[in-house]
Amino acid sequence: MTVAKKPNNRLKLVLALLATAPALWLAYLISQEISLPTSGLGPDPAEGLLHYLGDWSMIALLVAFSVTPLRRIFKQPMLARSRRMLGLFAFFYVALHLATYIVLYVESSWQLLVADFVERTYITAGIAGFFGLVAMAVTSTKGWRRRLGQNWLRLHKVIYLVIPLALLHLIWLRKDGFGDIALYILWFSILLGERIYQARKPRAALTKGL
Amino acid sequence: MLIGKSPKIPTSEIISETTYLNRRKFLGQSTALIAGSSLLGSANAGLQPDDEITPEDIVTQFNNFYEFGTDKSDPYENAHTLTTDPWTVTVSGAAKKTGEFAFEDIIKGMTAEERIYRFRCVEAWSMVVPWMGIELKKILEQFEPTGDAKYVEFKTLVRPEEMPGQRSFFSSIDWPYVEGLRMDEAYNPLSIMVTGLFGKELPNQNGAPWRLMVPWKYGFKSVKSIVSIHFTDKQPLNTWQQLQASEYGFYANVNPAVSHPRWSQASERRLPSTLFNTNRRPTLPFNGYAEEVAHLYKGMDLKKFY
Repeated sequence: MTVAKKPNNRLKLVLALLATAPALWLAYLISQEISLPTSGLGPDPAEGLLHYLGDWSMIALLVAFSVTPLRRIFKQPMLARSRRMLGLFAFFYVALHLATYIVLYVESSWQLLVADFVERTYITAGIAGFFGLVAMAVTSTKGWRRRLGQNWLRLHKVIYLVIPLALLHLIWLRKDGFGDIALYILWFSILLGERIYQARKPRAALTKGL
Repeated sequence: MLIGKSPKIPTSEIISETTYLNRRKFLGQSTALIAGSSLLGSANAGLQPDDEITPEDIVTQFNNFYEFGTDKSDPYENAHTLTTDPWTVTVSGAAKKTGEFAFEDIIKGMTAEERIYRFRCVEAWSMVVPWMGIELKKILEQFEPTGDAKYVEFKTLVRPEEMPGQRSFFSSIDWPYVEGLRMDEAYNPLSIMVTGLFGKELPNQNGAPWRLMVPWKYGFKSVKSIVSIHFTDKQPLNTWQQLQASEYGFYANVNPAVSHPRWSQASERRLPSTLFNTNRRPTLPFNGYAEEVAHLYKGMDLKKFY
């Protein structure tokens, strides 16, 4: 047990550091921005920050969604132990993205906010996805997992809605230049394909893989 | 420093390049005096008291020019590859003088004058830019448009080998970029062909060697690096309307009362903003040029003709 636990902790630590890197780089950009306006995040820093966090939110969501297939492909059951952490990192970036939008972008103008939530479909999609993530983050503790039992798994299937909502949010908001979106969709499709393939395999083979 | 009460000067009032250059010298000699304000004297014409000229590095390093990529830093990073000399312009359609013209010949004998205009992007950010330009009317009249010329259509250069955005597989734009104006809009004294910026030659990333500037319309109307001028009796199908007719119309007049479906147009972020202050201000009808241009749209439902 202890032998197996050590490399796993190292892996988890490496993953945690990688997941923190965009936030650290952002902290550096913000410090640049504060000492010399427009030097860190450009002439429209609120929007620069918003897009930076939006990009990393999307990537972090897909990274968290990649854990289970990677665990199966590389036969690394220990990877599963990092899944919650990576999911919470994704939630962290999404929450910062939303907070930036509310506080810095619309500057907490409730009228603007409500109008945006209702009238702009891409924002409606983004917010709906965010609520799905909140439900997952809140119930991510061991206690909640125990209390919910089988329903926990059912509830966490909401990720199959959250990621498409995030993709829609991005597609609907983009004017042109769809290269990154195409990559995200490809990434998501591969992960989804792997899951469908696994689900169609006989049960015995699946558990053997675990 | 606050700019005191100044007599109301029509926006169309302009100053020559020499005055402009002298003014710059004067500005340089009196920086202490003008601290906090970048606008003085006649350059103030048509501007609001709090309109400050956007720093040059922002005007030239942060803009949309999808031929060079969709990021706002792409034009600055990629446009150096563009060859603007020689530059041929094709004039066609309902005019007496049509054919291929060298750009220098078209503007020969004309002096670029400074026009400081507010620039409002459809994405809800804005700048204040000291353009150098020639009245569009002066340019178009040389070709003697006939009575059938109800609209004028402009096209941007297509040269994928020098314009990476045109090579992109992930762009949905059907090049060339097309824009157009009704002839009376084109002949309005505010409409200019821009050949310079901040008293210098127009940089590639801002649409060299020449671009349109119609300050009461959203920025995407002001087509860059123009190679074709076509006079027609049909309303041109401009690029953005072609892509998303529900979001972008032909007129594209700045109008706080008509929202873009994906964002409000009621206010704008004046650049540069800071992290904790987006510098948001209400958007003015016709971008503040209603007095000069509102009459062009008398009797039109601007919610319908957006």
